[in-house]
Amino acid sequence: MTFALAFDCGLAVLILAMAIWTIAARTTFPAVVGFVAYGLLLTLVWMRLAAPDVALTEAAIGGGLTGVLLLGATSRLRATEPPAVSERPSVPFRLAVAGLCTLLSAAIAAVVLLLPDPAPTLAPEAAAKLSLTGVGNAVTAVLLAYRALDTLLESAVLLLALVGVWSLAPDRFWGGAPRSLALRHRDGSLSLLGQVLPPIGIVLGVYIVWVGADAPGGKFQGATIIGAMWVLTMMAGLQTPPEISQAWVRVILVAGAAFFLAVGIAGFWLAGAFLAYPTGFAKSLIVAIEVALTLSVAATLGLLVAGPPARPVRT
Amino acid sequence: MTGATLFGLCAAVLVGLGLYGAIVHHLILRRIVAFNLLGAGAFLLFGVVARRGTGAGMGGDPVPQALVITGIVVAFSATALAVALLLRLHAVRAAEDADR
Repeated sequence: MTFALAFDCGLAVLILAMAIWTIAARTTFPAVVGFVAYGLLLTLVWMRLAAPDVALTEAAIGGGLTGVLLLGATSRLRATEPPAVSERPSVPFRLAVAGLCTLLSAAIAAVVLLLPDPAPTLAPEAAAKLSLTGVGNAVTAVLLAYRALDTLLESAVLLLALVGVWSLAPDRFWGGAPRSLALRHRDGSLSLLGQVLPPIGIVLGVYIVWVGADAPGGKFQGATIIGAMWVLTMMAGLQTPPEISQAWVRVILVAGAAFFLAVGIAGFWLAGAFLAYPTGFAKSLIVAIEVALTLSVAATLGLLVAGPPARPVRT
Repeated sequence: MTGATLFGLCAAVLVGLGLYGAIVHHLILRRIVAFNLLGAGAFLLFGVVARRGTGAGMGGDPVPQALVITGIVVAFSATALAVALLLRLHAVRAAEDADR
């Protein structure tokens, strides 16, 4: 057994242990902490699977923002959480479910073992046209050139999710600001972190967006880091979430998707198809779309964590 | 056995575990967590398929990798919506209890 395979085995065991802990923990708080650790371990797996772009996204979202969201919900619902044992389903029911889930796992495992060899791949096709897009990172080329429609729809899905979250606000709070994310027991370390980390995080986020054209990175990864920095300053009580009816908030949220859509429609005249880039301008357009989407995605992610408006509009 | 196959088997177990949690748990928040665990397992399967498809000097097939990045972001927005729905449900229930 080589060292690399031993490392992979150890990693797989740790992940399974964390997953079992997340499912089996008696109360919600330890389960969510286990889930965050699970997300961070998955980041290592993505590196082992030669997918650094996915690793960056998983670290920022799976380990970071989802954790903040779930921990926040846990602490708000803690008072209503019933004692762990009282509402468990009966043993035969759990055994039946466990049996069926084991069957499902076995079926998927069989599929994994029976995957065709050599594996079908689109890597040569992706590499062949890479020079036409001008970018060096094939994943960015897939996201913003070959499958740009997916990414456009994804930025629309993010906005739809935010509209969905906002629409849950009681009528009297519509247009107001989400509740403050500031922790009740604030200590010096969090406000120090809230002041020291964001400048570093924002530079890192901008760098990851910029370098994403040619190296691992890109707008979602960078935007998530910038969004996380915003959430951090809100949690440290240094900033409060903005009122959602303000025009600048709406403009920042929509700007990325609107610019992307405008470039896509301009493609009809300039390059003969929706979302086609005119020859020679592909890279500059891709970078421009990435920059426009970065701010919008960062703001959307931050406001998704902040939740629906919970305060009346200040007059 | 290669590392990719190993993680593929790991992903198969994760999907089963997540589904079990999503069915068995009574608390909705726990179901949301379990469903995210299931989703991460499904993404990992994609990663294994991508890793097997090496070629043209790349460590993996970039198409499934890009799909997974899109998937992670969409899963997050769906989770945020689910959590917001859950919190609203609790607020409405608490208001109804207070009225009684």
